[in-house]
Amino acid sequence: MLDTLQRDFRSLAPAVDFCALRFVEETSEYLAVRQDVAEPPKLSVNSGAMVTVIDRGGLGYAATSDLSKTGIAEALDRAREYARLTAGRSVMDYGAVEMPRPHGEYRSPVGRDPAKLSRKEKYELLAAEAKECRVDDRIVDWEANLWTTASKQAYFTADGAEAVQEFHFLVPNLSATAHAKGETQTRTHAGRYNGYCKQGGLEILDAFGMKGAGRSVGEGALELLAAPNCPSGKMDVLLMPDQMMLQIHESIGHPIELDRILGDERNFAGTSFVMLDMFGTYRYGSELLNVTHDPTRPEQYASYGWDDDGLPADKQFLIRKGILERPLGGAISQKRAGIAGVANTRACSWNRAPIDRMANLNVEPGDSTLEALIGSIQHGVMMRTNVSWSIDDSRNKFQFGCEWGRVIRNGKLAEVVKNPNYRGISATFWRSLSGVGDASTFEVMGTPFCGKGEPSQVIRVGHASPACRFSNVDVFGGAA
Amino acid sequence: MSTMRQYFEDVAKHLDSLARPGETIISALSAEESDFIRFNQSKVRQATAVKQAAWTISLIRGQKRLDARVNAAGNLAADRPALASLVAQLRGAIDDVPDDPFLLFETSPATSSAERPAKLPAPAQVIDEVLAAGKGVDLVGFHASGPIWKGFASSQGVRHWHEVESFNFTWCLYHGRDKAVKTAYAGSAWESAALEAKMRFAREQVARLGEAPRDLAPGAYRAFLSPAAMTEILGMLSWAGFGLKSRNTKQSALIRMADQDLRLSPLVTVRENTREGIATGFQSEGFVRPAEVALIEQGRLAQPLVSPRSAREYGTATNGANANETPESLDLASGSLAEAQALEALGTGIYVGNLWYLNFSDRSACRLTGMTRFASFWVEDGRIRAPLNVMRFDDTAYRILGENLEALTRERDLLPETITYGERSTESTRTPGALLKELALTL
Repeated sequence: MLDTLQRDFRSLAPAVDFCALRFVEETSEYLAVRQDVAEPPKLSVNSGAMVTVIDRGGLGYAATSDLSKTGIAEALDRAREYARLTAGRSVMDYGAVEMPRPHGEYRSPVGRDPAKLSRKEKYELLAAEAKECRVDDRIVDWEANLWTTASKQAYFTADGAEAVQEFHFLVPNLSATAHAKGETQTRTHAGRYNGYCKQGGLEILDAFGMKGAGRSVGEGALELLAAPNCPSGKMDVLLMPDQMMLQIHESIGHPIELDRILGDERNFAGTSFVMLDMFGTYRYGSELLNVTHDPTRPEQYASYGWDDDGLPADKQFLIRKGILERPLGGAISQKRAGIAGVANTRACSWNRAPIDRMANLNVEPGDSTLEALIGSIQHGVMMRTNVSWSIDDSRNKFQFGCEWGRVIRNGKLAEVVKNPNYRGISATFWRSLSGVGDASTFEVMGTPFCGKGEPSQVIRVGHASPACRFSNVDVFGGAA
Repeated sequence: MSTMRQYFEDVAKHLDSLARPGETIISALSAEESDFIRFNQSKVRQATAVKQAAWTISLIRGQKRLDARVNAAGNLAADRPALASLVAQLRGAIDDVPDDPFLLFETSPATSSAERPAKLPAPAQVIDEVLAAGKGVDLVGFHASGPIWKGFASSQGVRHWHEVESFNFTWCLYHGRDKAVKTAYAGSAWESAALEAKMRFAREQVARLGEAPRDLAPGAYRAFLSPAAMTEILGMLSWAGFGLKSRNTKQSALIRMADQDLRLSPLVTVRENTREGIATGFQSEGFVRPAEVALIEQGRLAQPLVSPRSAREYGTATNGANANETPESLDLASGSLAEAQALEALGTGIYVGNLWYLNFSDRSACRLTGMTRFASFWVEDGRIRAPLNVMRFDDTAYRILGENLEALTRERDLLPETITYGERSTESTRTPGALLKELALTL
């Protein structure tokens, strides 16, 4: 099929400055067992192609789910027409961009093929763990689910470049909701928004710890139901990796996206407090802060061989010892801004044009054990598992909440608390980073649901982080 | 009959013919041909044409159901064999699917049709007019335009069709940094004069943003929320407030209204108003939506939105809700405050043009947080004095729409959903503006 598509595309490609086709076929299965009832499977095959035309400085994209020769010909006509309409009227001369010409193949490493477990066996596994969640009658809702996806992508240019990539994603989840006396609390095994998401096969289920997790999730929900509200005031927070991923995402990732800094997103996702002249000198965080963009970590959710403009993936430091070095910007944005970036021009699917996106954005481990981090806090709260996130359109003033908190008093873990929230300002928050966990505290997480762009795109992002301590943070609990 | 409708009817008839005794085949088409044009700095950033069609095919046998969504070429010759092959695959796999005790779909033959043709602008005209209007200012915006087709069929004789052509152009004129005026122009007949008028008004407004901005200290302030800002508040209630499942599993943000009879202001009446919205009149299991569903009546929680699945699970009737039990045509009743009198009624406080990035601080308490955005102003004695630097609010819906709600405006705006994840949306919110005795600002 790919051979036919490539042949049709090359035979039809017009005589323009640049022409490429990006094909995506994504096959997914979503299985869920809720309240001991198996829900009908949801299967999908999302397939189509987008062509890109650059001519005389103009740029046009056209996408189609009609992969016949006629369909590709129509898409090429539309893209060429858009290139003609936008020539000389665009934010830049697109002809000045040296578009990459990738060659090769990339495949996710898959340990155990998900297809080796039958649908019936998957349902049985989910049903067994979901059932364990219901530790008593106060558990009013409980669910286990499993989402597997195989994605095949191909990128061809009219002049001979060819890159083929195959990705395999697996996303398990487990949740329980407890209710009593007007109070509802939910506990999940890694986040209600699918924070445990990776590339690979069934070995991910083992690492997730699906077997045996049901009971602890149910008990966790009851523990929160009985817990007092998180205390309020200025104190230290110890953020575990399943909250750090959100903190990194919202207050480092989005602010340093180059297309935001260039203003493309101001009508929707917003702008940034970061400006072009900050790169190379701006103190983003304390000396302990080291942040990398790393689409080469094989098991992480947003790893790849090339981005969707064909730029080869590599690991780059974006923040080193607290100093902002490099933005998240791909080939087109780098040319517009005149600044080096990374390979992160990405589209959520075949029907959306690529834009600057985070792939795997990680905080590098430090040298503190978890015990040392806890022991260093006189008055604070450990927080796990993101549940709420809100940040301004410049990505500065934020407020985040977690499922679970635990007070730290005099260097020791004390009582569990519910509704832990904290707020701060990105531009100063990272400078309060006062402890970074070592590799033993490091976890690989991510999100399948990062929204951005017009037209809207929701894309996969990976975040890995150690546990991190921040000093003198504005913390508060729930209730009216 | 349009070409796409003929295609839908032909494919549906073909799929009907594939059903064997004891089987039902449900098929739903979602298709569009869209032009998407992004603007930045009064120039074009990206222009994309998208032509897409997708079928969701459900094979039902006894209490078993298996669904698959696949993209299609959009022509009968190519799609007939592909969809027949898909049905065969579903048939081969359905025996391994567990029985579904909550299976419910429309089995009574029914038909409906809604067709709304439009006068849409060619992309060249949009680019010409927007670039001309953006001369001398910093315009950033997004134009989406074209036809949307939705169809539902079942081998038990159900046929529903929804065909609408529309455009939606939203744009900001920036004064600098995060100070901007956001405007929307949506509809079915593009009029150059209408665009010019809206652009002229926005240019006048943006001039006000040049004044020195006001920083506010955290605290409680009188506030007027524009319809655009109110859409964000109502969006939070929609996300997690109105469904039967969320109510029965105690996860609804309005659970204290359901279980403890907490009430909002008697001024608040909220409906799922399909009759006056732009969404389809049917849902994905083929049930026709009622003209309206009362969700909150004069401050008291009324009916929940009930999907077919919840209807079976909880032993009640469906009211045409989607699977997520979220409104698609949300409607907050108007009040008595004339919009023109809003600033005078506000007196001294904040005028909030837009809110942004809302979430829950405490879902059980329906406590919300979010940011002010775009054109928001400090007002004294009924007159705009200065633009506001962005502020965070953190307050409960019971205060915002309850004890602190002083008035709703007589005029309302119909705001089509601008989100286009995967496909263009047909959802909308119709809402007045709201005058609040106070709104808690925290950062």
